[in-house]
Amino acid sequence: MKGLNAVLGAAGLAVFLALGEAVPRLGLVKEQYFPPTSRIASALADELGDGAFWSALGDTLTGWALGLAIAVVAGVVAGVLLSVVPYLREATASTIEFLRPIPSVALIPLAVLLYGTELRSVLLLVVYASFWQVLIQTLYGVQDVDPVAEETARSYGLGTWARVRHVLWPTALPYVMTGVRLAAAVALILAITAELVIGAPGLGQQIAVAQTSQAVPEMYALVVVTGLLGLLVNVGARTVERRALAWHQSVRGEVAV
Amino acid sequence: MVKGRSMLDVRGLRKVYEGSGRRIEAVRDLTFTVEAGELVCLVGPSGCGKTTLLKCMGGLLTPTSGDVLLEERRVTGPPPGMAFVFQEYGRSLFPWMRVAENVELPLKQKDLPRQRRRELVRDALEAVGLADAAGAYPWQLSGGMQQRVAIARALAYEPQVLLMDEPFAAVDAQTRADLEDLVRRLWQERSMTILFVTHDIDEAVYLGERVIVLSASPTVVQEQLKVDLPAERDQLHTRVAPRFAELRTHVYQQIQAAKRGSLRDGLTKSDPPPATR
Amino acid sequence: MTQQSVTPRRGWERLLVRAVFVLALPALLVALWWLASDGSTNVFWPPLRTIVKTFPDVWTRERLRSDVWPSLWRLACGYLLAAVVGIALGTLIGSYRRVRAFCEPVLEFLRAVPPPVLVPVIMLFAGIGDSMKIVVIASGCVWPVLLNTVEGVRAVDPVMTETARSYGITGPARLGYLVLPAASPQIFAGLRQALSIGIILMVISEMFAASDGIGFTVVQFQRSFAIPDMWTGILVLGLLGFVLSVVFQLVERRVLGWYHGLRASTRRSR
Repeated sequence: MKGLNAVLGAAGLAVFLALGEAVPRLGLVKEQYFPPTSRIASALADELGDGAFWSALGDTLTGWALGLAIAVVAGVVAGVLLSVVPYLREATASTIEFLRPIPSVALIPLAVLLYGTELRSVLLLVVYASFWQVLIQTLYGVQDVDPVAEETARSYGLGTWARVRHVLWPTALPYVMTGVRLAAAVALILAITAELVIGAPGLGQQIAVAQTSQAVPEMYALVVVTGLLGLLVNVGARTVERRALAWHQSVRGEVAV
Repeated sequence: MVKGRSMLDVRGLRKVYEGSGRRIEAVRDLTFTVEAGELVCLVGPSGCGKTTLLKCMGGLLTPTSGDVLLEERRVTGPPPGMAFVFQEYGRSLFPWMRVAENVELPLKQKDLPRQRRRELVRDALEAVGLADAAGAYPWQLSGGMQQRVAIARALAYEPQVLLMDEPFAAVDAQTRADLEDLVRRLWQERSMTILFVTHDIDEAVYLGERVIVLSASPTVVQEQLKVDLPAERDQLHTRVAPRFAELRTHVYQQIQAAKRGSLRDGLTKSDPPPATR
Repeated sequence: MTQQSVTPRRGWERLLVRAVFVLALPALLVALWWLASDGSTNVFWPPLRTIVKTFPDVWTRERLRSDVWPSLWRLACGYLLAAVVGIALGTLIGSYRRVRAFCEPVLEFLRAVPPPVLVPVIMLFAGIGDSMKIVVIASGCVWPVLLNTVEGVRAVDPVMTETARSYGITGPARLGYLVLPAASPQIFAGLRQALSIGIILMVISEMFAASDGIGFTVVQFQRSFAIPDMWTGILVLGLLGFVLSVVFQLVERRVLGWYHGLRASTRRSR
């Protein structure tokens, strides 16, 4: 069954690529708007031999990884703090509900003014967008702590730190991992958006350059690279999540937020 | 309904599952008849393909060979004259519909006018004692009540044959006793034909007019047994009657024998143990 | 973490405490902002007083008509288009195991493409008008809806499927009474993700190439160093995100009322 699925999937991919080749060749779409697969592939090969491409990739990954790391640490610390300190959760709920849906791209003009095309511009957007994913999942995770386990720990005289370490954290971990997975995808989107719109160095900026210089196949090649990067991030995050939680008795479902 | 006319005929039924290089023969060769207006219980050791058999009869599975006939007509898909009550009541009712909507849904498919649908729904819910719960969602009810809703849905459908697949296996003992009496009462009031699958020997003897004992998988009919208990049964007296004890002991022995697989294949129609009185 | 000790018994007292919890921190933050920025001479951080004073001058009725309305219109069109296409295709793909296996790798790739890079690509085909923005929004929003619908349709409970079959509920009735309601919690999860992507794309496509819209206006303010005006624009975008999320929640709670009830009842019995 699995083998058949893989064959079908490969066939689907082949048909997709073949269509990409045939549609512009048959003149269904103008070739200068939608170059055939082979032209995109050769443009991609050219890019791979170009040092500028690799440094752009490096810039994008730096912004992504740094932003994600800051967001994860901040999100987890804030989430645990809000849950452990009495009344803090209740007092912050409305503020979180208000701030969370604010689209991070609203901050673009501010980022441009403050930091121009520096890395910090990218980080501002990436951190703002991915922080909420981690925070919300952490809060859900802590909420899921079994009150009986909590009471037990309390009755054995475990202090706050010990309770966080032995009761709260193991329960919340699956949720935190989900938060990290979601944040990783969002962080990549925002990193590339910041480069594309603000012009910070990275793949996004390369796409903008290719667009303004009418280098259409190069632009498609770069779009494909961002897609592959996104795929890698998704698959990688899912694998890490599964590995890290292999010991856990129940890998929980995602909380739809 | 005239008794003695055959309602359901199972002839040489065989079901083999094929998948990923393995062949599993769930049902080998089953032949039996259910007469119109009869209440027949099917018992057998766990994992003996009871559910497979019932799904073949309900047209949900296609048998590998052999036939199922409903009033002489071959069953190829779910026939309109049959209603199914599943064991997993929680997953068989649609949680996004209220109780009355759940009961009404199959009637909409039958293209009945609204007025008639309302009557049928009300009547069915009253029959199972849930007239007050029409506006509730299934998940607001207890397990036993949910199974009553599933039974009401089957009743409203006005089937000739009701197929019940271990419907009470997941409810607690007291609720179960109530539901058993409900099935007996509905059968007597509505003169339906009911085929009731269970793994519980007491339940089979208490409910059935006839008990068909199935062998271990690959399944054949081990024995058919007429239950000569009085038509009026109740939990208090029937279950302590000496005759009840004899019958259940007999069925128990048959099932033990079936598990050991010591009996010959094919149809065996044995006499019930002689009455002692 | 225990709340019993502080929960007052009387209704209005409880309401009061709730109101304090809801309003205290936001009020505190706004007050802090107001005070901290009051004497600000930093051009990038104008006093909140100035921003508030500028607000009614910038977001006039005329501006609502010329910039806010076009943005919302594009967002609505793109989002609805994505929802319809995503649910329809997702139901189709999710219903057939082979089709799903065939499409999965391609869909995984398409979903992984960061939606904003679609802007320059779609500009090639659709120019810089409204249709470009609508297509951008739709093609970014469609993936979460599509993939979540596939998941939801695939995971319809087999017992429910058999129940429907045994009662002769097939074809369009099966879709309407069984498949779509069963998949609706997943579909809504996808719609929710799509909403935040849609807002991002609305803003970005207007920042990239447009002559009106909220995103366009905010960037114009920034480029002309009209800093307080730019801040009001950021506030409007924030408010828009908040309001749309509240509206979505209201709709979701109505449509998925049964689902939340079901979950609460299984949690209780756990």
